[in-house]
Amino acid sequence: MLKLPIYMDHAATTPCDPRVVEAMLPYFTEKFGNAGSRNHRFGWEAEDGMEQAREQCAKLLGADSKEIVFTSGSTEGNNLAIKGAAEMYEKKPAGQTGRGHIITAQHEHKAALDPVKRLMKQGFDATFIQPGQDGIITAEMVKAAMRDDTILVSIMWANNELGTINEVREIGRLCHEKGVIFHTDATQWVGKMPVDVSKDNIDLLTWSGHKMYGPKGVGGLYVRRRNPRVRLVSQLDGGGQERGFRSGTHNITGIVGLGKACEICFNEMDADGARLVKLRKRLESSLQKNLEVSQVNGHADKRLPHIANISFGFVEGEGLMMAIKDIACSSGSACTSASLEPSYVLKALGVGDELAHSSLRLSMGRWTTDEQVDFAIEKITKAVNKLRELSPLWDMHKEGIDINTIQWAAH
Amino acid sequence: MAYSDKVINHYENPRNVGNFGTTKDVKDRKDIGVGMVGAPECGDVMQLQIKVDQATGRIQDAKFKCFGCGSAIASSSLATEWIKGRTVDEALQIKNTDIVQELSLPPVKIHCSVLAEDSIRAAISDYKKKNGLAAETHAAAETH
Repeated sequence: MLKLPIYMDHAATTPCDPRVVEAMLPYFTEKFGNAGSRNHRFGWEAEDGMEQAREQCAKLLGADSKEIVFTSGSTEGNNLAIKGAAEMYEKKPAGQTGRGHIITAQHEHKAALDPVKRLMKQGFDATFIQPGQDGIITAEMVKAAMRDDTILVSIMWANNELGTINEVREIGRLCHEKGVIFHTDATQWVGKMPVDVSKDNIDLLTWSGHKMYGPKGVGGLYVRRRNPRVRLVSQLDGGGQERGFRSGTHNITGIVGLGKACEICFNEMDADGARLVKLRKRLESSLQKNLEVSQVNGHADKRLPHIANISFGFVEGEGLMMAIKDIACSSGSACTSASLEPSYVLKALGVGDELAHSSLRLSMGRWTTDEQVDFAIEKITKAVNKLRELSPLWDMHKEGIDINTIQWAAH
Repeated sequence: MAYSDKVINHYENPRNVGNFGTTKDVKDRKDIGVGMVGAPECGDVMQLQIKVDQATGRIQDAKFKCFGCGSAIASSSLATEWIKGRTVDEALQIKNTDIVQELSLPPVKIHCSVLAEDSIRAAISDYKKKNGLAAETHAAAETH
C-alpha cells in the first residue's frame, strides 16, 4: 500500500538520512562540548567530531579541509560570500561606476539576488544576466557582461526551480583568466552531482545540509586558499571561529550531521543519480504523452537528475496542487502572494505568464519509488483533465482562439 | 494555508459548471448574458453565463467556467448558486464581501471574490446591453 501523502518536493528540503541522525545523536548528550573549549575532554571530543566532518565535506568537494567554513546554511553562505568578497575586493577609491561591478543572473535564488541588491544600494554596480530560453547561463553570456571593473561573478550551479545546469566550469575558467572572484551557489548541486573545486575553477561555493539528507540549520562555504587565496570580510563579528570568517559557537550536532550526509552522498551519488534520472524521464514523458499542451520548462537534458518542472496549459498551478493534495510539490504560480506575480524564474526564461501560472515543480529523492511516480502520473493526469473541463481558456483553445490575442481586462 | 471546508466542498463538487454554448453560439442570444473577467497572466479567469427570463428579468440558470486557484473556483461556483432565481437587479446586490464571509476566504484570496462579483456584473451588463436596457450605474469594482 502506498503511504500518502507522497513527498515530491526534495528541492525544497530533504528528510534526514537515518544514518545522519545516528551520527548526530551522541553530540547532543555525551559529546556536547564547545569546540572552542581547548582545555578539557568535552571540548576536544566536539572538536574531533567537527574536524572529521570538515574532512568529509572537503572530500565531497575535492577541497582541502582548511577551505571549509561552516555556516547556518545557504542563505548565510551566499551573504558571506557575496558581501564578504565585494567588500574585500572593492575598488578603492571608488571609480565612476562605483565600488565595483558584480555579475549575477536574473533567475538566481533570492538569497543571492538580495545580497547583490543591497550592495547596489551601498555603491556597487551589478548586471543581472537574462538566461536563455533553456534556463542556462553560458560562459559567453558572462563574458559579454564582463567589464574592467568587474570584481565578482556569482552564478548558481543548478537552478532551484528548474534544475537546469549552468556552465560553471567554463564560467570559472573565464573568471580566473580575468582575475575575477567566482562564487557559485551550489545548494541544489552538491550531493547530487560531482564537484571538483579545482577542475571546476571555483573560488567560493555555497551549499546546505538540508538539501542533501542532512539536518536543517547547517551548511558550508568553500573558500579557496591557493591560486588565488580568497579573502572575505566577515559578516558576523564575535569569537573569531572558523578562522575569523564566521564567529559563533559551532553547531556541532549540525556539523557532524552535515559531514555524515556528505560522506553518504559521496558514496551513493552515482547510483542515486542514475535511478533518479530514469524516474524523472518517465514522469516527464508520461505526463507529456497523457496531456497535450504540456511542456518541460528548461533544458531537457542539461538538468539535475531529480527536478522536473512542467507547465500544463490552461490549468492554474495552485488549483492543480489542490487537486493532487496527496502529492507534496511546488508550483510556479504565486496565487497566494499579494502581487499575483508568477515565478520570476520562469518569467526570466520568457515562459508566458499563463504557462508560468500553470507550472508544477516535482523533485524526487533518495526514497522516491517507481510506485510513487506511477501514482503521481495518474493523479496529475486526472487532475489536469478535470480542471481543463472547468477552464474557459481550455474551451477557447479547443475553439482555436489564441488567448494571447484577447484583450484581457487588467485587474 | 488551509482552505475552509466550504471552499473544498465547492472545489471538489463545483455547481453549475459549463455554458449555454460557445461564445460564438450565444453571441446573438438575447436571453443570455456573458461575463468574462480576469486575465491569464494574473492566474485567474472567470466566465459566467446567465440565462434570463426576459419577461420577468429573473435569472433562470447560470453556468460558469474558471481558470484559477481553489478559492477562485469556489467563488464562482458559489456565485452561480446565489444568482439563480434572483432577478438581475437582485443579483447585482451581491457583494464580494458576502462571498468572502460565506467561504471564509483569507486576505490573500479576497481578489477571487472580487472577480466573482465582477463576473456577475459583467454578465448582467452584457444581458442588459443586448436587450437595450439601461446599463446599471454602479461604482466600478474596487481595483485590485
